[in-house]
Amino acid sequence: MPDPILTVTDLNVRFATPEGEVRAVTDVSFSVHAGETLGVVGESGSGKTQIFLAVMGLLASNGRAAGSARFRGQELLGLRRTELNRVRGGDMAMVFQDPMTSLNPYLRVSRQMTEVLVVHKGMSEADARKRAVAMLERVHIPDARRRFDLYPHEFSGGMRQRVMIAMALLCQPDLLIADEPTTALDVTVQAQILDLLAEIRRDLGTAVVLITHDFGVIAGLADRVMVMYGGRIAEEGPVLDMFDRPCHPYTRGLLASMPRGDAAAGGELAAIKGQPPNLQRLPPGCPFAPRCPLVIERCRLAMPPLDPLGANRRAACYRAGP
Amino acid sequence: MSASAIQPILRVRDLAVHFPVRVGGLFGRWKPLKAVDGVSFDIMAGETLGIVGESGCGKSTLGRAVLRLIPATAGQVVWLGDDLLTLEPDDMRRRRRDLQIVFQDPLAALDPRMTVGDIVAEPLVTFHPDLGGDEVRRRVRDMVAKVGLSPEMINRYPHEFSGGQCQRIGVARAMILRPKLIVCDEPVSALDVSIQAQIINLLMALQREFGLSLIFISHNLSVVRHISHRVLVLYLGRVAELAPRDELFARPRHPYTQALMAAAPVPDPRRERQKLRARLEGDPPSPLDPPSGCTFRTRCARATEVCATAMPGLETVGPDGAAAQHHVACYHWRDGFRNK
Repeated sequence: MPDPILTVTDLNVRFATPEGEVRAVTDVSFSVHAGETLGVVGESGSGKTQIFLAVMGLLASNGRAAGSARFRGQELLGLRRTELNRVRGGDMAMVFQDPMTSLNPYLRVSRQMTEVLVVHKGMSEADARKRAVAMLERVHIPDARRRFDLYPHEFSGGMRQRVMIAMALLCQPDLLIADEPTTALDVTVQAQILDLLAEIRRDLGTAVVLITHDFGVIAGLADRVMVMYGGRIAEEGPVLDMFDRPCHPYTRGLLASMPRGDAAAGGELAAIKGQPPNLQRLPPGCPFAPRCPLVIERCRLAMPPLDPLGANRRAACYRAGP
Repeated sequence: MSASAIQPILRVRDLAVHFPVRVGGLFGRWKPLKAVDGVSFDIMAGETLGIVGESGCGKSTLGRAVLRLIPATAGQVVWLGDDLLTLEPDDMRRRRRDLQIVFQDPLAALDPRMTVGDIVAEPLVTFHPDLGGDEVRRRVRDMVAKVGLSPEMINRYPHEFSGGQCQRIGVARAMILRPKLIVCDEPVSALDVSIQAQIINLLMALQREFGLSLIFISHNLSVVRHISHRVLVLYLGRVAELAPRDELFARPRHPYTQALMAAAPVPDPRRERQKLRARLEGDPPSPLDPPSGCTFRTRCARATEVCATAMPGLETVGPDGAAAQHHVACYHWRDGFRNK
């Protein structure tokens, strides 16, 4: 495997709120390798988005990140904004769920796209325009030259997400972080955007982090999968292996609870009982213990470490097994 | 379930909901947005009809128009023999006890200043003002237990609950009058994956116990496939296809249904990676300015000249069996179907 381009070690993210401290991310360590697609899957509050907002220096003002996040060897946590701006948007770019809130509604798409190139690459306005139009064509926006000078609201939801992806790719980043990039889109449009991401990875060799709650989206795109629960990594492994042999009871439960449609339609679904954890009152042990069918006393007392489990697999569970 | 043997509990005929929308700014002209345009279907007692489609296809409008929560422009909604759309307000109010709804956003649907007990009791007190306080409390506690919440929760407020628990409260409120039909409008879409299965199981268990009919509106094909007996596919306010669940998923006839099935991601890496990459082009057109003829033709690989002439009517696929209950609105449905 090639060298990691992003290495996160012992990352912790905490938010100060009037009701007490929220532990959004706890002791998370992983890496992303050049050219690979890492799927990060979890439910709301699992910490999947906060990890990457911390890495990008985009945490809300009441949030603090501790630990280490190295991009190509350079430590990102604690970096000054001017230094961080040299990395983000350039070598490392992020795309969000709702393209309408990430695009400036008052500025033409052309202005928002060329600005990136002028600032990061020191290009002339004319060269930047040429490059930006080429990128819109690259992400299959029909009639790109004409649409280039439109405002964001003049694009449909799917087209706006294409614009966002084009913007993120302008400086040819090594790493593209896509946070629920298709969740706000209709299923037929979602399929188009997923195809586009697959194409980008194949043709440009960009490493992609795909953050999603949808195991179906992960299944089609990811090489490796990281499952998050209660701010921690529950387990990690290659995509086929993970779906064939989920090791953590949470992953197993989730996969079993989803209606597959095929054979057993109409029967009772194998639901996971209980509710997701409250991040202000996390239990001392495993956050999944209160809902776990395999729980033993030890699980409630101390958090199981994220241990290797055969080749390329890691799981944080005392009862984990293939 | 054969349509001839059992009388449908609900018959919807040519239902239309048009909203006037001003186009071209303040001094522009009014134009009808045809959110629902000539939709017909039946529902049997104890049956779940799934309604699928993308955002803007009119599925929520359809569900609300059936309950007369928004006014219909034309058509009939015949509930146990009476057309709900022509009932006097008092008569309609009496029918409402049989017809309930569960919404997508469980927290927004609950009054934040009322306790859970009061929320669940409200329909009961409204429809049975004569019931004593003890009896109301007993029925509320029973229903709260039935939806899987513990009885001591009735004194708490909605914000103290998670999304899944709020949706259980919404279901308890809908169920307290023992209705015969519940419209479920994207009831699990706002919930975490691990909670969705709990709510689906709850709805199916309640249906079995009380013989409920459900209209289950969702954009999620796998969920609809799991819970529905029959499925209606809606595109720009019109029925593209309507068929028994297994028939539809085994032999989808409408090119739009086929595209939806191909596009929906499944949690299976091998199947996802082998999938045919025949994708629908573009986005759904604006319902304000739909294409002439078949509204799907602008995205359809099979479209020919005839598709631009007039909207195709619903045709029945075969003379007997499941095919006799399989209806499709496409000039080219005989051209074969692509099985997944």
